[in-house]
Amino acid sequence: MSLPAKTLSQLKIGESAVLDDFELPEEMSLRLMQMGMIPGALVEAAHIAPAGDPAVYRVDGTEIALRRETALHIRVRSEQG
Amino acid sequence: MEACHAGGSTAATPIINPAGHKLVALIGPPNTGKSTMFNRLTGLRQKVANYPGVTVERHIGTARVDLTREVTLVDLPGVYSLEPRSEDEQVTHDVLHGAMPDLPRPDAILLILDATSLARHLMLAAPVLSLGIPTLLILNMTDELKRRGGAVDAAKLAGELGAPVVLASAVEGSGIDEVRNFLSKTIPAPVRIELPVLNNLSSCRKWSGDVAALADFQKPSPPEWTYKLDRIVLDPVWGPLSFLLVVVAVFQSIFTFAKPLMELVQEMVATSGQWIALGLPESWFRSLLVEGVWGGVGSVVVFLPQILILFAFLAVLEDSGYLARAAVIADRTMAKLGLQGKSFIPLLSGYACAIPAILSTRTIENKRDRIATILVTPLMTCSARLPVYTMLIAAFIPDQPLLGPLLGARAAVMLGLYALGFVAAAGTARLLKSTIFRAEKAPFVLELPPYRLPRPMSIVYRLVDRAKVFLKRASTTILLTMVLLWTMAHLPLQNGVAPPMEASYAASLGRAIEPVIAPLGFNWKIGVGLISSLAAREVIVGTLGTIYGIEGEGNEKGLEAALRQDLNLASAVALLIFFAFALQCISTIAVVRRETASWKWPVLQFTYMGLLAYGSSWLAYTILR
Repeated sequence: MSLPAKTLSQLKIGESAVLDDFELPEEMSLRLMQMGMIPGALVEAAHIAPAGDPAVYRVDGTEIALRRETALHIRVRSEQG
Repeated sequence: MEACHAGGSTAATPIINPAGHKLVALIGPPNTGKSTMFNRLTGLRQKVANYPGVTVERHIGTARVDLTREVTLVDLPGVYSLEPRSEDEQVTHDVLHGAMPDLPRPDAILLILDATSLARHLMLAAPVLSLGIPTLLILNMTDELKRRGGAVDAAKLAGELGAPVVLASAVEGSGIDEVRNFLSKTIPAPVRIELPVLNNLSSCRKWSGDVAALADFQKPSPPEWTYKLDRIVLDPVWGPLSFLLVVVAVFQSIFTFAKPLMELVQEMVATSGQWIALGLPESWFRSLLVEGVWGGVGSVVVFLPQILILFAFLAVLEDSGYLARAAVIADRTMAKLGLQGKSFIPLLSGYACAIPAILSTRTIENKRDRIATILVTPLMTCSARLPVYTMLIAAFIPDQPLLGPLLGARAAVMLGLYALGFVAAAGTARLLKSTIFRAEKAPFVLELPPYRLPRPMSIVYRLVDRAKVFLKRASTTILLTMVLLWTMAHLPLQNGVAPPMEASYAASLGRAIEPVIAPLGFNWKIGVGLISSLAAREVIVGTLGTIYGIEGEGNEKGLEAALRQDLNLASAVALLIFFAFALQCISTIAVVRRETASWKWPVLQFTYMGLLAYGSSWLAYTILR
């Protein structure tokens, strides 16, 4: 069943989840979707910058760095859900 | 679901018109090796300019397709879509729709995609094919695809897309002949196929995945090397350490390694100047040529080795993929200043010269961040300030130890001036963040490409490119200023000969601005120096030499003594601070104008830096007097 809502920023390194939707300005979400961050895609938190921000996410065969302030507005669900 | 159809006619269009070159557009997402392919096809026969009214660079080249025929190739900016949202996308959209004023609609398109990311990159094929322009799909990086255990059937893909497909590796040079071959014959317009609704990215992605699957696309295994390397590069301890190492290496090379080369250039300029002097009879023309043109332009060309070394470094960092990681590491700190990770490299380059630094802001796609970076970069201590600092420090700061033998007073002042520039840049960035850029929010999104071995040829191409831009500037703006200055220093003629410096137009100009600069402790001679240094900061050294009648090498001591007549410690410090802050560089103004495609930013920048310089110098002079 559906788990409590989780955001991309809450993923720990090595943890993966399924992209749900964006609470971001349209321009930004379109940009992310063009880079492969499409709802339904599997995304994994790969690295975090030494200073703690931004983080690098692995999705659709590529790696994308996002700041926490952006990742906070991307909802994900667990792989089973 | 509603579906749109590709293309109009299925008739083959000849690519080469014997009467003139056909225009072929090269398009593809970022990091697909598009520029490498462009360089492969055109060699050094390419021109760089900006598209009218925007900051996007336009690369146009001539590609030979067979023994007798050529096409004109335009390299479009790397884009993920043809929807005109960003400036890059707008330019791509306009060129492909024939809406660019000075470019006809392309006769053919080379669509270049990364074969290792085929399932995602095919998303761009849908809007491109729907244009109905004859299109050749180039799957690049097939060597990497093979190496990582992936595969794709080009014939099946061509069948699915209704357009020809070539497997290539721009880096290894495979597939280039096939591309030429296609251009030499005819590319048929795309066959009508079912395409997804273009404004629905989910359905586009599904479509591209399906097409890839039908073409027997097998995903390559993940780039394990990249994953392993990133664990070190982004490690909390090793990450910052290796970052620091790279920064130190860049610094070392632009200061230590560049020095002998710069001295060599200097010697070459001086020697060739002497030859010219020997070959010509004594005349005003000889003086103009040797002192004005040769000396003036020479003092700027001296920086070429340093700039090229800096750019070689940046090219290696960029091509290897490290630059993206450096941006990730630096982002947190830069964000606090209101900039972003990619602003770091331009700021670092600013220590060599603001011109290449401003050119390197091209990697920042976000316009707000790019302009903010351009505005603060000239405050970093560029190497043109170095000769000015050295002259004034040698004349006014005693050579005595400050912290034992480790740090002398002179070195401390020099370090202080470097720190001053950085603090001013950081402070200005903060100021911009809380004033004119307050409303604009700039998201930071960065795709990290896999690590790749940089290719020497691709670096050479970029260096040639940058050298051309730099030399063009030196031979236009700077040349003009130098000739103007020389003329003013040698007119009006008295009894048919050049007047003494005090009676020249240059001196009148210096006296005219004297009331303005007197509160800073500067007299008219320094005023002439300030005006002449607008051409390039270090020109003031030569100008003051001319004014005091002390010329030639090895006369630094004489110049220092003469300076001590006209300046005291307070006004010398004021002059140092003035040079730290003022935008005394026509080339920078010109390059900012070009890169921001408006006069608004260079005017704002010049005024701001001028007021900052004047205010701080006045304060320093008033306190120390």
